[in-house]
Amino acid sequence: MTDNGNGNGNGNGGNPKEIKFPFAGLFKGLGFTGKYLFKKPATVFYPDEKEIPVPRARGVIALDTEACTVCMLCARECPDWCIYIEGHKEEQEPEEPGGRIKVRAELDRFDIDYGLCMYCGICVDVCPFDALFWSPEYEYSEHAVVDLLHDKEKLTDWLETVTPPPPLESS
Amino acid sequence: MTVAELNLTTGYFWLDTVIKVAIALGFMMTLALPVIYAELKVMAHMQNRVGPYYAGGRFGWAQPIADGLKFLQKEDLVPRDADAAVYKAAPAVVVMATFAVFIVIPLGPQVVVRDMDIGIFYLLAISSIGVLGVLMAGWSSANKYSLIGGLRAAGQLIAYELPLILAALAVVIQAGTMSLVGIVEAQGEPLFTIGSVPISLPYLLTGQIVSFVIFVIAMVAELSRIPFDMPFAESELTMGYVTEYSGIRFAMFFLGEYASLIALSLVVATLFLGGYWIPVIPDDWLNLIGPMVVMGKASLVIFFVLWIRSTFPRLREDQLQTMAWHWLIPLALVNLLVISFVKVVV
Amino acid sequence: MTDMDIAMKHRSEVAVSVELQTADMTLNIGPQHPSTHGVLRLIAKVDGERITSIEPVIGYMHRGYEKLSEVRTYAQITTLVNRIDWVAGFASEVPYIVAVEKLMGVEPPERAQWIRLILSELARIASHLVFMSSYPLELGAITPLFHALRDRERVLELIEGVTGGRFHPNFNRVGGVKPNAGGGKQTRNVSMDIPAGWFAETRETMEKVLSVCDDIDTLVVGNELFRARTVGVGIIPAAKAKEYGLSGPNLRASGVPFDLRKEEPHLPYPEVEFDVISTNTGDSNDRYRVRLAEIRESAKIVLQAVDKIPSGPLVAKVPRVIKVPKGQAYVRGENPKGEFGYYIISEGGQKPYRMKIRSTSFSNLSILPWILKDQLVPDLVAILGSLDFVLGDVDR
Repeated sequence: MTDNGNGNGNGNGGNPKEIKFPFAGLFKGLGFTGKYLFKKPATVFYPDEKEIPVPRARGVIALDTEACTVCMLCARECPDWCIYIEGHKEEQEPEEPGGRIKVRAELDRFDIDYGLCMYCGICVDVCPFDALFWSPEYEYSEHAVVDLLHDKEKLTDWLETVTPPPPLESS
Repeated sequence: MTVAELNLTTGYFWLDTVIKVAIALGFMMTLALPVIYAELKVMAHMQNRVGPYYAGGRFGWAQPIADGLKFLQKEDLVPRDADAAVYKAAPAVVVMATFAVFIVIPLGPQVVVRDMDIGIFYLLAISSIGVLGVLMAGWSSANKYSLIGGLRAAGQLIAYELPLILAALAVVIQAGTMSLVGIVEAQGEPLFTIGSVPISLPYLLTGQIVSFVIFVIAMVAELSRIPFDMPFAESELTMGYVTEYSGIRFAMFFLGEYASLIALSLVVATLFLGGYWIPVIPDDWLNLIGPMVVMGKASLVIFFVLWIRSTFPRLREDQLQTMAWHWLIPLALVNLLVISFVKVVV
Repeated sequence: MTDMDIAMKHRSEVAVSVELQTADMTLNIGPQHPSTHGVLRLIAKVDGERITSIEPVIGYMHRGYEKLSEVRTYAQITTLVNRIDWVAGFASEVPYIVAVEKLMGVEPPERAQWIRLILSELARIASHLVFMSSYPLELGAITPLFHALRDRERVLELIEGVTGGRFHPNFNRVGGVKPNAGGGKQTRNVSMDIPAGWFAETRETMEKVLSVCDDIDTLVVGNELFRARTVGVGIIPAAKAKEYGLSGPNLRASGVPFDLRKEEPHLPYPEVEFDVISTNTGDSNDRYRVRLAEIRESAKIVLQAVDKIPSGPLVAKVPRVIKVPKGQAYVRGENPKGEFGYYIISEGGQKPYRMKIRSTSFSNLSILPWILKDQLVPDLVAILGSLDFVLGDVDR
């Protein structure tokens, strides 16, 4: 049970040993702000200078359409139900004549509504086919809410901004 | 040819007066803008940030002008339950009380609208009328928060009038005259000589230090600035007695506050720091350089007031009143006694 | 009795009864107000500047967490619970995940527990820095806000460096912390362990946090005007604090050295050295100083933990789809604001049957009608701020 408060005890009930002269605290406060008057401000002049977010920052989700097999796991697990997926099955030519006809799922529509998305990352976590990635890009605000629905092409564009995973601490 | 010989007046007394009053009014309004800008920048740098940056070029110097234009184009609202006549008159009363102070402040030996013999008396009396404007604003906006703010303001302003007056009185006793030009001249009188150079000191250094401290504290309280911010108390009463004002009426209160700051700082510079007088310069040149000198001295006071605003929290209303009645007024009275004693005996 | 006598009698009675019938003004310190930390409504009956009675009205921010969690799986609930007390997001997730682990009988590995400890302490620093900055702002001192929030930005960047989110980390998983970046063949091997350079950056940031604590000492705690506003204001005696269920720094400032990190640790707190700060008086000044000292202690803990953290796996072996067996568990943790508990009832299955959240600020607010009686209106602001509550925590 220690009292670690370091307030200078001037005035009401302070530690008598610490009273230097009355209003010492006020002058120290003035000295502090006076010192900061001459320091360089800590402002980052957005949009001329930008802070670079860390590689793992959850900015926007990017989609790799080649890898997606329309398994619908991400749409199912999303807590907000903000992913809209439509797909259809296509039959492909068998590799050898008389072979088995393979059925592939094709992605028609994959939209993420960023007005609903809560950036939790569950969709990226559960995808078994490496189709979704996080990217630290954050400058995609729009003038109309309807433009926050990013469709398949836009999500594929975000793939370019995906950063490689950072190296780990070696301990 | 001295400046006094340059007859800059027209022959007619009323035309002269109107011109001088118009110049003083313009002076007051334009000075308020740089002070607002200085406050924004100084406070920002003390908080480790930049302040206005984009308005009008690199340093954001057009920010106060932009703010003023914004206020001009707002809708003129009068709340339905408010007392319309009183509501509309209140900002005018506050601004008029402030402006009336500018009439007597000397910027040079002849650069003054009217140098009255009762200069400082008139000044302090007229600035008390501002309290009326505050009460009118608080009462006529039909809003409980404004009412509380107005009552707090009235109590505070009246309480701090007394130390202000007593501190100024000490200076008057030492100078022997109530006219502000006379006080500056009295500070210009040489006290002693070093070799053959006559040295005169401002009143701050010749025994008025206590009056200076009391006057500055009372001045900050009269302006309702932090730490005596209770009437505005943004985090409790969301702007106190000006809550219901918007647009140009609010701009009048706002400009009136900064004009008041400039006026009282000029008074401090005149009473305690020597006003427009600097050594060596003869009287004619003082008419030209005087304004800059006195504005420079007033800027130091203004900077100190801004510095206090950035640093301290606000005092509670009863602590405010205790400080005025229990500490400042007895101290001012004792100071008065000592000064008059010294003046009579020495 | 002549008419005159009757009139005189009535007049004196009327005079007395008029005097006693002054109605107190009802001041509605409404939901939108600069200093109520959110949408809290206080209906105050005020006599001049003195408050005669106060009635808090809450519920403006009720988002229905407990009902929402009945229809969400356990993994999805993790994303919800860090939004209850959003100022210290990580610290709200930990007791929930420990409760689920208790029901499933899973023990997280060492490294995961240490990472949870470091991130919880960083969340504590972040939450207390918000308090450090917003409380003087309510009292009128504008400057400490910027200095404290500037360093809070660095702490949030640290949390973001590991988890990817500043306020809502979503980093806990049943059995440990998030092990890898995804579920596919490639991302399964991308580990979400601590990135390179993070420990060095943490040490640097803790130095900056300690120096901003010294700055706040100079600017706020030693300031006589601040002391005049907060010393002796809103004294809560220890017995009353226990009676109303206060917890956290509010309780410790009243003289009860109760800290759940020492009493019921479910993270490796016994292996780091820190003090439980408590003071005796229980006024607003003490509550401020206790939180300032706690920032220093948390910085100390983080500096020790980054040296002591062992290597190892990040998560224990749990099935891919989490089905929690039948049972009940109540786990409470030391949130920066106090005691924060989750009571989970599970009937088997992927979703809980009922989750009850014991939120800190709800209990901390219950003392308001008692403590705000007979206070002045400016003191109301000082006391309300010193209790440090967040409306998201009160209303859930």
